[in-house]
Amino acid sequence: MRKVFLGAAAAIAITLGTGPASAQNVKIGVVMSFSGQFADPGAQIDNGIKLYMKQNGDTVAGRKIEIIRKDSGGIAPDVAKRLSQEVIVRDGAQVLAGYDLTPNALAAADVSAQAKTFMVNMNAATSVITTKSPYMARTSFTVWQVNEALGAWAYKNGVRKAYTLVSDFGPGWDGEAAFQKGFKDAGGEIIGQARYPVANLDFTAFVQRAKDSNPDGIYIWVPGGPQPAAIGKAIAERGIDKSKVKVMGQGELTYEEALKSMGDAGLGLITAFHYDYNHQSAKNKAFVTAYNTEFKRNPDMFSVGGYDGMHLIYEALKKTAGKTDADSLIAAAKGMRWESPRGPMSIDPETRDVVQTVYIRRVEKVGGHLVNVDIDKIENVKDPWKARQPK
Amino acid sequence: MTSTDGALAGPQQYLRAQQRWRAIEIVFWLSLLLPFVVTPNYLVLASQVAITALFALSLDLILGYAGIVSLGHAAFFGFGAYTAGILSKHGWGEPLTGLLISGFAAGLLGYLMSFIIARFRHLALIMITLGFGFLLLELANSLGWLTGGADGLQGVKTWPLLGMFKFDLWGVTSYWYSLIVLFILFLVCRRLINSPFGLSLRGIRENAVRMRAVGAESRAHLQKIYTISAAIAGIAGALLTQTTDTVSLGVLNFERSADVLVILILGGAGRLYGGIIGAIIFLVARDQFSGINPQYWYFPIGVLLVVVVLFLPNGILGGLAQIVESERWQRWTANLTPWRKKP
Repeated sequence: MRKVFLGAAAAIAITLGTGPASAQNVKIGVVMSFSGQFADPGAQIDNGIKLYMKQNGDTVAGRKIEIIRKDSGGIAPDVAKRLSQEVIVRDGAQVLAGYDLTPNALAAADVSAQAKTFMVNMNAATSVITTKSPYMARTSFTVWQVNEALGAWAYKNGVRKAYTLVSDFGPGWDGEAAFQKGFKDAGGEIIGQARYPVANLDFTAFVQRAKDSNPDGIYIWVPGGPQPAAIGKAIAERGIDKSKVKVMGQGELTYEEALKSMGDAGLGLITAFHYDYNHQSAKNKAFVTAYNTEFKRNPDMFSVGGYDGMHLIYEALKKTAGKTDADSLIAAAKGMRWESPRGPMSIDPETRDVVQTVYIRRVEKVGGHLVNVDIDKIENVKDPWKARQPK
Repeated sequence: MTSTDGALAGPQQYLRAQQRWRAIEIVFWLSLLLPFVVTPNYLVLASQVAITALFALSLDLILGYAGIVSLGHAAFFGFGAYTAGILSKHGWGEPLTGLLISGFAAGLLGYLMSFIIARFRHLALIMITLGFGFLLLELANSLGWLTGGADGLQGVKTWPLLGMFKFDLWGVTSYWYSLIVLFILFLVCRRLINSPFGLSLRGIRENAVRMRAVGAESRAHLQKIYTISAAIAGIAGALLTQTTDTVSLGVLNFERSADVLVILILGGAGRLYGGIIGAIIFLVARDQFSGINPQYWYFPIGVLLVVVVLFLPNGILGGLAQIVESERWQRWTANLTPWRKKP
């Protein structure tokens, strides 16, 4: 029992090791998943942050930027909230950033509001998040923004009767609702819908049912992982002719890895998204080259969220001349407008949410590789969900 | 009952001796107050350690004392967490009553489950508890209107404790609250374990058939302890909800069930303090390692677990007890402290 006490004392002593560093630095607490199932998106966001700091230096308005990384390890709002609290009270962070998952971002928003700390949501895409703290801005996208725009685009481009197939959990339901809203408001008709179980990998029956209802458009919402490839193959196997039936989805359906495992079955898929490494602009080409030199891989939507998130923090700090209180920083961030690798984007002065171009892309073969080629774009898209909320 | 030898005069004396507070225990509990003065920046972590310790304690009751293996104990933790969260969302954010209601709800669920649990042993139990955990997780996911689904429950707002102490950013209230609840429930468990009921539980753990032969009905006992354990796990879950104002599917995750099992084994099952020691070591190590390297911190944790299981198969407390009970140690300490020499 004596040893037990010594152990406890030692454990407490260990925790004394770390202390606050110099007060001159601007400390940014980056809370997201660095381990577990969501480690790769976390790594990509982090790469975006690193690249931005490499290109733009680590000093802004005379103050050195210091990043404090904290691992929330997956869907764990209690942990994310604690880490956000700790990074403020223990490490003295003046800015919160990162946040890959919706539940984590929502929990941390409370901390941002309570501690009056500027927060940049670099990924989590549920609309409601930014309403939870008056000091939060977002540099990723929202599910509603992308999918409602896609619904409207589908009708404008000849789809009249659509079928929707989505993953049976929160973001999937949002995708379904957003596409249907955009599509119906434009005049289209939803002739059938289905939700598949979250862990499903055999889509034959679902796709066959969609085909039997004879739509001229099929909308699909999948999270990343192995599902996009499985769905893409099922669509090709069931003999759906993509020149007659438009098969559409959010960008994850045709992300780089998914296209690799889908092969030619992926040709002709249409997706809506805010970023792709194949986006043709000088700014993006330079970004992709620099990213490849640094990390030996292509950037994705996570990378650009981290990259633009850092840009927002840097520019806001420049505007406030290095002042880090939340009121000054959020005031500086509101209405900020810049040219990102993804194209023109800005922070809505009212909702603090991201306003950007939604690209409609089709999978084509370019130089032997399957890539998403921009075929259309919808400019200055705001989050439509928020516009409809009572003020 | 007649006395058998000098040290153990009989079960009553044995139990009475066990109930007596030892100096080291008092020192241990007082040392849990240290974070307030020594590491005031770590109180949020400390309160989550206390909550995890309480959860591990609840598992210890069934695993360590009654031999019920469970890989789905997060079901009750999560049920309590959601009960507290849903109560608070719908306008009742008073923490103490919320805690009681959540504990009662989880206990009720545990009571219903106990009819199945008490019929099985060993491997079958692992499968049943595992499956039950997954069932509850899937249920919470599909009842999005009630639980908020994958986004987590929104709008949880816990009122100040006793109407006076707000849950602050530094975690002062959270830690006081969690620590006091942990202590009270620890007292309950301690009393329970050092009672004839506790003794017969240990008998059932060792040999359920023989216990029936000596006239102790094992099924009713198992049901009772399972219900109590579920209620305590539910209270731990509710504490987490109230101190963080968040609930998500993570509270029902398999990882939570597995983590708490690891914590208990690390500390030492069947020893009341095992869960608390395990929780302190596991969570503090995790916090420190992940601070050093946010990507690969699982590696040193894995090494720690392997080392403990290899060299201290009965957990840290089990290993220490072995040392303390060894003759060499006895002789050594007797020499060091001659005044404590027993006649």
